[in-house]
Amino acid sequence: MDISRRDLFQIGGKILVLASVGATLEQITGAAPPSDAYRMADHWWGMIIDIDQCIGCGNCVRACSRENNVPEGYFRTWVERYQIEEEDKPPRVESPNGAMDGFPPLTRTDLKSFYVPKLCNHCADSPCVQVCPVGATFVSPDGVVLVDETYCLGCRYCVQACPYGCRYLHPAKNTVDKCTLCYHRITQGLTTACCENCPTGARLLVDFKNPKDPVHEILRTHKVEVLKPYMATRAKVYYENLDGAVR
Amino acid sequence: MMIPGVDGFMYPNEVELQWSVLIVLYPYITGLVAGAFILASLERVFKVDAVRPTYRLALLTALAFLLVAPLPLQLHLGHPERSFEMYLTPHTSSAMAMFGFVYLWYLTVVLLLEIWLEYRAEIVQLALSSQGLKRWIYRVLTLGSYNVSPEARRVDDKVGYAVTVIGIPSAFLLHGYVGFIFGSVKANPWWSSPLMPIVFLFSAMVSGIAAVMVLYAVSMKLRKTVIDMRCLDTIARYLFYTFVIDFTLEMLDLVHRTYESDESFRSLDFMVHTRLWGSQVILQIFLGTLVPLALLAGTQLFRIAEGRRKAMYMTAGGLTLIGIFAMRWNVVIGGQLFSKSFLGYTSYKMELVTREGLVPAILLMLLPFAIFLVLVKLLPPWQEGKAHEA
Repeated sequence: MDISRRDLFQIGGKILVLASVGATLEQITGAAPPSDAYRMADHWWGMIIDIDQCIGCGNCVRACSRENNVPEGYFRTWVERYQIEEEDKPPRVESPNGAMDGFPPLTRTDLKSFYVPKLCNHCADSPCVQVCPVGATFVSPDGVVLVDETYCLGCRYCVQACPYGCRYLHPAKNTVDKCTLCYHRITQGLTTACCENCPTGARLLVDFKNPKDPVHEILRTHKVEVLKPYMATRAKVYYENLDGAVR
Repeated sequence: MMIPGVDGFMYPNEVELQWSVLIVLYPYITGLVAGAFILASLERVFKVDAVRPTYRLALLTALAFLLVAPLPLQLHLGHPERSFEMYLTPHTSSAMAMFGFVYLWYLTVVLLLEIWLEYRAEIVQLALSSQGLKRWIYRVLTLGSYNVSPEARRVDDKVGYAVTVIGIPSAFLLHGYVGFIFGSVKANPWWSSPLMPIVFLFSAMVSGIAAVMVLYAVSMKLRKTVIDMRCLDTIARYLFYTFVIDFTLEMLDLVHRTYESDESFRSLDFMVHTRLWGSQVILQIFLGTLVPLALLAGTQLFRIAEGRRKAMYMTAGGLTLIGIFAMRWNVVIGGQLFSKSFLGYTSYKMELVTREGLVPAILLMLLPFAIFLVLVKLLPPWQEGKAHEA
């Protein structure tokens, strides 16, 4: 590519103008900010989901898919709709295409019905981390369960070990993929794509190490539960108003 | 919206099975190795002289299958080129990370060493008497040691005995460990059981003994040599005893699950009565266990003519091998057919010629037999009329 003297002046001028209004080189180029701006040891990430607030619109699923280039047919997050007729009968559960397009209208309105958003629980005692034969999946110092795709063998033992069905083999990369809690965003001070796009605020990214985070107030004043507590994984995705039928 | 092959509700990422028929082969093949080796050790350590004609055959069978054992795993990996990382940077909390070390220990310290010591005198003799390429092969196999004096052979025998003694717990380790890989997955109630390693171990012994019994009889038939019925009867008796223990353990597991009836029971029970009915109830329990057990029990209880006894042994052996394969199938595939939500079921669609399809699986099952033929040619295991040098 030939760059004329005029082009050079134009690019230089633009950089000078942006820099003068406080933009960093990273913002100009779109690259990540310097890592020293974010101290992993100061954070311990998780999420709180209020079942009563979720309307099953599927915005979170679409946002996650766009943000993370999730392959078609696989899900880093999804939403389930539960319909319960009687407590001793198994619930009717559905998640058409992970709720990417929301849900069809209910055919019966006399049933107890609610939506349950799901994602990786970023467990502190993750069974997936325990079983990985090479340590390619790990808990980061700030509490996010991640997969090093340059190291993963694709053996899928972690997929078997996850009690929540959150992992899959990426069909193009042949490595295991899952929710990263939008690590590329939260380390820049942003929230996750799913939280940002939830119209009702049902999902809330929380930082357990931040004393000012609303999580402390919620945990103190609300009844919360994690999925499958008997698995003893120390899951960090908490649910408000979780029905006992949810699996 | 209905998903083809799915009944009820599966978590969206669960619809597709992650472990294929290749992972069924892995415990099946390692089981044959462990079982064959334990049969060999009967003669060497426990001095069961009747099974001596199968001693070398059992060792070569174990080696042929052991050489193939890692291949299905390797083929299954998303990134096979990274598998060496398990040796370089093993994750110590992972059961799977130990596979490479357990495998190498068993292959080199136990099996190769024992076979070499057993065959050393013949290798030296062949290295000196053969011509051309064969001469070179045997010269390499001597590892430079041509001393076959009575004193050296005594040392060989002592070391060989020690290796076999170490080999028995190693064989237990190899297959008990494979059972642990499944039994330690707490997220999966079909697998999660402390009985799993011990069930795997006994089923391994059953399959290995059955395989050697069938291979011995078929080899003798092909070589037009008389079958040593004392040997065959003894192997069949050990097969029967081991099978009784194996079946008891499996039934204990079943009774325990049924009596306990925990959260997963209804879902698993439904699966056994529907998707696994053919492979579990018909193939594994009825045809693969009860029928061979009845046949073997019949040979123990009644006086049966030699020809008919042979036929009963072969039928029992063949059905046992099918039954144990079905057991591995039901563990590996069955464990992925139900949702961890216990609210639905998926199906396994086996592909044909893809990397994890039926054709590679069949080829991988045939490969040990090809290796076995080469090994038999190179290191003849036939010992008719020979006294053991010990």
